Amino acid sequence: MAQVLSPLPGTFYIKPSPEEEAYKKSGDVVAVGDTIGLIEVMKTFIEVKSEIAGTFTGYVAEDSLPVTASQPLAEVAS
Amino acid sequence: MGIQRLFIANRGEIAVRIIRAAKELGITTIQAYSEGDTDMLAVKLADEAVCLGPARATESYLNIKGVVAAAIENRADAVHPGYGFLSESPEFARAIENAGITFVGPSADTIERMGDKVAARQAAEAAGVPVVPGSKGRIESVDEAVEVAATVGYPVMVKAAAGGGGKGIRIAENEEELRSLAPQAQQEAAAAFGDGGLYIERSVKSPRHIEVQIVGDGEKAVHFYERECSLQRRRQKVWEEAGADCLDNATRETLCMAAVALAEAVNYRGAGTLEYLYDESTKEFFFIEMNTRIQVEHPVTEMVTGFDLVQEMIRVCGNEPLSVSQDQVKKSGHSIEVRLNAEDPFMQFMPWPGKVESLKIPEGEGIRFDHFMYEGYQIPPFYDSLIGKLIVHGKDRADAISKMAVALEGLEINGLKTTVPLHKALAADPGVASGDFHTQWLEPWLEAGNLKPENT
Repeated sequence: MAQVLSPLPGTFYIKPSPEEEAYKKSGDVVAVGDTIGLIEVMKTFIEVKSEIAGTFTGYVAEDSLPVTASQPLAEVAS
Repeated sequence: MGIQRLFIANRGEIAVRIIRAAKELGITTIQAYSEGDTDMLAVKLADEAVCLGPARATESYLNIKGVVAAAIENRADAVHPGYGFLSESPEFARAIENAGITFVGPSADTIERMGDKVAARQAAEAAGVPVVPGSKGRIESVDEAVEVAATVGYPVMVKAAAGGGGKGIRIAENEEELRSLAPQAQQEAAAAFGDGGLYIERSVKSPRHIEVQIVGDGEKAVHFYERECSLQRRRQKVWEEAGADCLDNATRETLCMAAVALAEAVNYRGAGTLEYLYDESTKEFFFIEMNTRIQVEHPVTEMVTGFDLVQEMIRVCGNEPLSVSQDQVKKSGHSIEVRLNAEDPFMQFMPWPGKVESLKIPEGEGIRFDHFMYEGYQIPPFYDSLIGKLIVHGKDRADAISKMAVALEGLEINGLKTTVPLHKALAADPGVASGDFHTQWLEPWLEAGNLKPENT
């Protein structure tokens, strides 16, 4: 099991916008470079991309809450 | 002085600025903060502090009910909204008024009126403030368009009367172009909106951004001269000056007195700014909007006039008359402010909310640094990236630019990436020195690669 870490401190979002579905759900295939979430930092949105390929297991950070740099956001089984 | 307990419904450098002004007036300060801001300087400096809620602004600084309840609970008799957040929310101002608390700003009705583009334009026209000339109503034919354009003046912008956005917008330099473009615009408008009606207004090309600072006491108003804020990136001001050297004295006088007329016409109370587009080639200025709050760049006006605008706005909102008459407002020299953001200017201005490892602040005559940092402070990632403003005052514009270059050399903020390199490059740039720029100048300058590590 590998983890996708937050590149920056900020607020983590699992969806592209409140009305849309989460980027990934359990069982989805994850390729390197896939977006798994967004970090809002100083009013700028930055996409969080996976550096691992495998199967999405789930989010470990909660949607719309603050995260610190290097905090685990999601898990991928490789 | 009516106000005794001032609640500060803002954060960052402006909260620090308001606390300092209030303390000099002998007012007790109550600082509001979010869970993301427990370590901020304003909390340490204020007499009292109250937590509003979670870091997310909608649950703290933007939560009208929560902020009003906190102000009541902490027995505030006045609320200062700063800039941004709820500072121009008529709902917030009204809720504060209804709680029997003084809002440090204009009335909710004035905020509402000046915040509505059409109503603000009407108020400006009624007070004799020029607005961008345009057609009174919809235009149905090409001949009518040509007739209107002759009175509005070329170049003109032709757009669809219905709908918004960029659909159907065209710019015609003369009658010939208008005759060929208007039918296309009509067709496009009809296709996009099912309505071929057009609207015409003057196209102000490469305008400068000039604004006038006013303060009113609800009856009388005075101006504190103008600022120029033409250096912008993504519509955000980057470098601001007082005064605007591109204006001649007659134009400056007309521009400033028009602002006073509008402020008095709406019984303005507090500090406000009228923003104008200025066409240097024709010396024409056009009102765009009024900001009904203190602005980020207010220090440059304070430097050239010697008045404390934050104290003045607190006093007039506490029911005192203006402490100054127009003939007492004199300006001397030239002032420049640069906005320091926690961003990496070499990486597309990517935010950089780091920890301030060490801080060295330039000192000397005519140098001011408004900020909220201290060594060991972790800049929170939840709010905008402004970390401070470096302000200088020189005997003229050239002197102010060279002072800015020296002050930037003396500033050290370690642990973060900041926009200091951008400002060093601007302070050394011949285009900036010549003053020959406009609101569309900075972005192409950046795209052309003028910001290089060796220039800074």
